[in-house]
Amino acid sequence: MTDIATYNFAYLDEQTKRMIRRAILKGIAIPGYQVPFASREMPMPYGWGTGGVQVTASIIGPDDVLKVIDQGADDTTNAVSIRAFFKKVANVAVTTETAKATIIQTRHRIPEHPLSAGQVLVYQVPIPEPLRFLEPRETETRKMHALEEYGLMHVKLYEDIARHGRIATTYAYPVKVEGRYVMDPSPTPKFDNPKMHRSPALQLFGAGREKRIYAVPPFTEVVSLDFEDHPFEVQTFDQPCALCAAENVYLDEVILDDHGGHMFVCSDTDHCEKRREEGHRGHLAPETPLALEKTEPAQ
Amino acid sequence: MTDEPLLRVSALSKFYGSRVGCENVTFDLWPGEVLAVVGESGSGKTTLLNCLSTRLLPSSGTASYRMRDGQFRELYRMSEAERRFLMRTDWGFVHQNPADGLRMTVSAGANVGERLMAVGDRHYGKIRATAVDWLSRVEIDEDRIDDEPRAFSGGMRQRLQIARNLVTGPRLVFMDEPTGGLDVSVQARLLDLLRGLVTDLGLAAIVVTHDLAVARLLSQRMMVMKDGRVVESGLTDRVLDDPRAPYTQLLVSSILQV
Amino acid sequence: MPTPLVVSDVAKSFTMHLRDGIRLPVVAGVSFSIQAGECAVLGGPSGAGKSSILKMLYGNYAVDEGQIIVQHDDGLIDLATASPRTVLAVRRQTIGYVSQFLRTVPRVSALDVVAEPLVERGEEREAAREKSRSLLAELNLPEKLWALPPATFSGGEQQRVNIARGFITEHPILLLDEPTASLDARNRDVVIALIAAKKAAGVALLGIFHDHDVREAVADRIIDVTAFAAGKIAA
Repeated sequence: MTDIATYNFAYLDEQTKRMIRRAILKGIAIPGYQVPFASREMPMPYGWGTGGVQVTASIIGPDDVLKVIDQGADDTTNAVSIRAFFKKVANVAVTTETAKATIIQTRHRIPEHPLSAGQVLVYQVPIPEPLRFLEPRETETRKMHALEEYGLMHVKLYEDIARHGRIATTYAYPVKVEGRYVMDPSPTPKFDNPKMHRSPALQLFGAGREKRIYAVPPFTEVVSLDFEDHPFEVQTFDQPCALCAAENVYLDEVILDDHGGHMFVCSDTDHCEKRREEGHRGHLAPETPLALEKTEPAQ
Repeated sequence: MTDEPLLRVSALSKFYGSRVGCENVTFDLWPGEVLAVVGESGSGKTTLLNCLSTRLLPSSGTASYRMRDGQFRELYRMSEAERRFLMRTDWGFVHQNPADGLRMTVSAGANVGERLMAVGDRHYGKIRATAVDWLSRVEIDEDRIDDEPRAFSGGMRQRLQIARNLVTGPRLVFMDEPTGGLDVSVQARLLDLLRGLVTDLGLAAIVVTHDLAVARLLSQRMMVMKDGRVVESGLTDRVLDDPRAPYTQLLVSSILQV
Repeated sequence: MPTPLVVSDVAKSFTMHLRDGIRLPVVAGVSFSIQAGECAVLGGPSGAGKSSILKMLYGNYAVDEGQIIVQHDDGLIDLATASPRTVLAVRRQTIGYVSQFLRTVPRVSALDVVAEPLVERGEEREAAREKSRSLLAELNLPEKLWALPPATFSGGEQQRVNIARGFITEHPILLLDEPTASLDARNRDVVIALIAAKKAAGVALLGIFHDHDVREAVADRIIDVTAFAAGKIAA
């Protein structure tokens, strides 16, 4: 316990947590609306998830089980360090298993395993303003949200079709929340957009540098913008995961050598491992299943 | 011919502190009518235009607009949301500098289509077809539809701005020196185009210009402003051929003969 | 049948503010009326105010005093005090005007210049163009010019376009400001025939004709403008 004596529980002081919780509650009350908050300096650089970390720090309790993913993976630098951070400052249990986590902080993916009621998904958001691409003035974008003037959002999609023959936006694909606010779902692949729609989990979004928090409460309508003659559709992959043979999941391309060898594997590492444990085999899967850390108890 | 005006302006004044922007301006504008507001820089014509288009709130006076449902609405009592909606559906505003009225970093087609998408059009093919139609009406080749206005000449940009404004079939268009800063030959083409569009579409327009030739070609009625006040108004050809006010006579006599 | 045009006690002067407010009276006490089917001609030397009277009747010049009563739209309108909007309506429906010179608009073809007043009165564009073609043919304007803007035409060609534009409509009152000034004999005769046809159709015409032969051919009556002289001050 000496490890954490120098910190308040979950790093932030209680006043700050209350301030952030108020912002979160307001965000939940107005789904999709960007609530300004007094973002704090965190012991990591902007762009490393300072917004998500502050949201997580404000909602986490001693009994929570935390999972952190970066682009779907539990074992990349960002995920590992944030997981280590909360183990240290909150002494909470951590896991890589989606189903066992109560809070999942994510950078740019939604887990393949369906989320359930009671779970909270915390997104790290770099640029929360979906209109920013075409309208640089914050005063103007706020007014556009207030007056529900979203023609500009479709201008962006129009430009895509005009230039590429189809909507070429593949990530940070804008959505309309509960028929009112247009929202940036953070740079998740549009493959994940349908998972947001009427999700039983609470979804919270934190942008540290931009000082905005927004939220999608459970079972909220989240509709991806599109045109009647160019309807929204998700990415499809013409081959299954090379390791676990999963279909209809989001795949990452992995380069194998410097001769052009590559394979497509699940971006969600937990999902992939689970399937391999269950005996699924892709065409490039090793003979013996990998044994990785699963749930670590609180220290 | 409707029996009611489209816009009723009464005793409109705008003061900047103790300085007069425009003072006590009263007029009616009927559907299909083009009103030119002329005067030199600082005469208050742009202040008046900005007040009428609700880009600026007047210090006193009223302006009511007959909405599509036939009801008059007091412009300065509308909510901002209503005014902005009016601005991108039933009204147009053509700026002197096209960069102020266009999105310079999106394609010509999207510039024209934006208003359609803003009012809920969600069919890409139809939006694009409408954009193509409007580009041809303002004499821009169809193959420029995916180019950004940054790549357009001044005259083309201005024509694009006009198309962008007219695509929703507005009933009233405000124009601030629409031919300012263009070469004479480009001006003539634009004026002729505007004249045709205004007639074909039955648009009402309020055109601010310091160029009396522009006023003569485009407008049926004219108001001459000096120091924020209207010093003379009437039929455009009457004001230009038989100017009564000293200032109007000075203006008319200052036209260079070619 | 009511009198289409009654002018009573009209006075006009110009105040030249740029020249110390000097006042130039043009005409005063102008009173006359024109009957349907009649062609009256304003007579008098240059500078007597003939053109000014025509311009007042068309609303192009302001009127200082008096009344210009026009039979318009089943009612009577005083043009001297009418609003600009009313004047425009009168021009569209009731009073036609052939000016001395054509005011050209860039890029509009002669055919459309002539057809325009009909289109403004609500006629289909193609039907209006058809009438325009037949009038231009009657006035012997070479067909190869029809599709061109008249800006570059000769004086006589422009004048014929102007006449066609004035005669194409069925305005009950027609004002003619020297329509034959730059025409050759053959085309003058065409204009005389056109005027006769208008008279037969019951149009009230008022014109200025310096050409003696034309005046003799069309005038039912001369209105002597010198009678309305307003004690001229040499300018």
